Amino acid sequence: MQAFEWEKPLLELETRISELKEFVHSEEMDFSQEIKTLERKASKLRKEIYENLTPFQRVTMARHPKRPTTLDYISLLFDDFIEFHGDRSYRDDQAIVGGVGLFEGRPVTVIGPQKGRATKDNIARNFGLPHPEGYRKALRLMKQAEKFGRPIITLIDVVGAYPGIEAEERGQGMVIAQCIEEMSFLKTPILSIITGEGGSGGALALGVGDCILMLENAWYSVISPEMCATILWRDSSRAAEAAQLLRLTPTDLLKFGIIDDVITEPLGGAHRDHVTTGLQMRSFMRRYLATIIKKPADRLVEERLVRFRKIGMFNEKSLADL
Amino acid sequence: MLNVFKGKPKYLTVRPQEEPERKDFPDNLWTRCDSCGKMIFNKELEKEAFLCASCGHHFRISATKRLAMLTEAGDFEAFPPLVAMDPIGFPGYAEKIKQAQEQTGLDDAVLIGKATIKGSPCILGVIDFSFIGGSMGSVVGEQLVRGFEKGLQEELPVVIFSGGGGGARMHEGIFSLMQMAKTAQAVGKHSRAGLFFISVLTHPTMGGIYASFASLGDIILAEPGALIGFAGPRIVEETTRQKLPAGFQTAEYALEHGMIDAIVSRSQMLSYVGRLLAWHR
Repeated sequence: MQAFEWEKPLLELETRISELKEFVHSEEMDFSQEIKTLERKASKLRKEIYENLTPFQRVTMARHPKRPTTLDYISLLFDDFIEFHGDRSYRDDQAIVGGVGLFEGRPVTVIGPQKGRATKDNIARNFGLPHPEGYRKALRLMKQAEKFGRPIITLIDVVGAYPGIEAEERGQGMVIAQCIEEMSFLKTPILSIITGEGGSGGALALGVGDCILMLENAWYSVISPEMCATILWRDSSRAAEAAQLLRLTPTDLLKFGIIDDVITEPLGGAHRDHVTTGLQMRSFMRRYLATIIKKPADRLVEERLVRFRKIGMFNEKSLADL
Repeated sequence: MLNVFKGKPKYLTVRPQEEPERKDFPDNLWTRCDSCGKMIFNKELEKEAFLCASCGHHFRISATKRLAMLTEAGDFEAFPPLVAMDPIGFPGYAEKIKQAQEQTGLDDAVLIGKATIKGSPCILGVIDFSFIGGSMGSVVGEQLVRGFEKGLQEELPVVIFSGGGGGARMHEGIFSLMQMAKTAQAVGKHSRAGLFFISVLTHPTMGGIYASFASLGDIILAEPGALIGFAGPRIVEETTRQKLPAGFQTAEYALEHGMIDAIVSRSQMLSYVGRLLAWHR
């Protein structure tokens, strides 16, 4: 497993413990005291490291190559799933997946950006950077959900919509605007979960939910830390400092009232234990979905609009008064 | 003028300090055209709606000048002003706001109010590039939303010049991103009541402004040569490692690819918008 510099002491310790255990097993010697001490040490270190993550450490956790992708979450969260393809206009963008799944027996529409695993998959998925046709497919599926009265669950993990020539030619900005606008008025419950990266408009285009949750090691902001650092200091390697400034962690966003709740991950991050992460998500989803599906559609839309209408901080006075 | 966006990722605003030191125009008598290099007498420029007489280049103009071109004196009643706060405590933002206010005399990057254009009452909003790159933070978002709400209340059409709307205002973090949702929803409510919205894209309309309200007009117009797009050209070039096609992300390019209804020269803008408003009364 790919390790971060800051978790290396812990991983070394964990390796030593497992080596010792193996040794004991093969040589039939008693090192149980030593193992216990080391395990106690490891558990202390684990807490120390993971409970004090810096914003940028969380960003790197959100990007861990072994972190569950949208399709992984789909198999963890839904009892059955059928994927649907295509925007009915140009192409099937594999950087966004969508379809219908069963969540605890109820059919729901599921949509989310999809990052690849190996090189080949990554190329097919365009490294999880969607084109306009991906957003058009998402919008098509969301409208389909509305038609059949199905709740929508969006799983968001995208650093941004693809900044490419053809993406621009096919209306990347336009389609993001349309997604945001149309999603806002859909007469069906929408639950959005930021599972990894929540990078600006490309994330918001799928994030206009009645309820917005975020995994503990996810980030959501108007810009990626790298780009922010490039703008501020012309140096993308200072992303860690930028991450600090952007207030992009779930804790910040909960405090700002942008999200409704934070889904805790297993200690060490979702990539260490997919199954537990999935179970944890399921329980949050069950709880929040229950509160939104019982509301009449008109009220949902009304409340959704009010939710976003209220966001913003400003002074109601003129320059002269200040 | 494309180099204005060097190093600019999507959504980000162009920082005024990277611009050559200048107001709308230098105080001297002559201005060099950014496009053809010809020298133009400033008085001439003012008379010609800030267009280059030889090549038709559209100079960037302030929101105040734009308003003066579209409305008769007394035909614009501005909304009460709002002033930015520093919602995420971003270093240097408070000073940046203060500096921009002093330099431009504006409260923030938008001027908006009730107006009459060629006899048609409407809500008119203009974004000013010289205020932190015409970026959308909480104040711009809120003012635009109030514009659409007022339009809805009084059954008035809305005309927004996303003039120099660089995108979202990074210094407000997630709050600026959310203005995209807020403004798009305000357009949606206004539109769903059967009301009319003209979105005019002027140089440059990018990122978070392009990817929200500005793309949602019933009719979308652009000034010639305006840079219009989602991601900045330099980012596109760096990401794709491809040579950008000639005229990439210009208004002409957007027209060719079906993104806008028409390109309208600034000298024709008043009569064009005037007719559209009259036909939708």
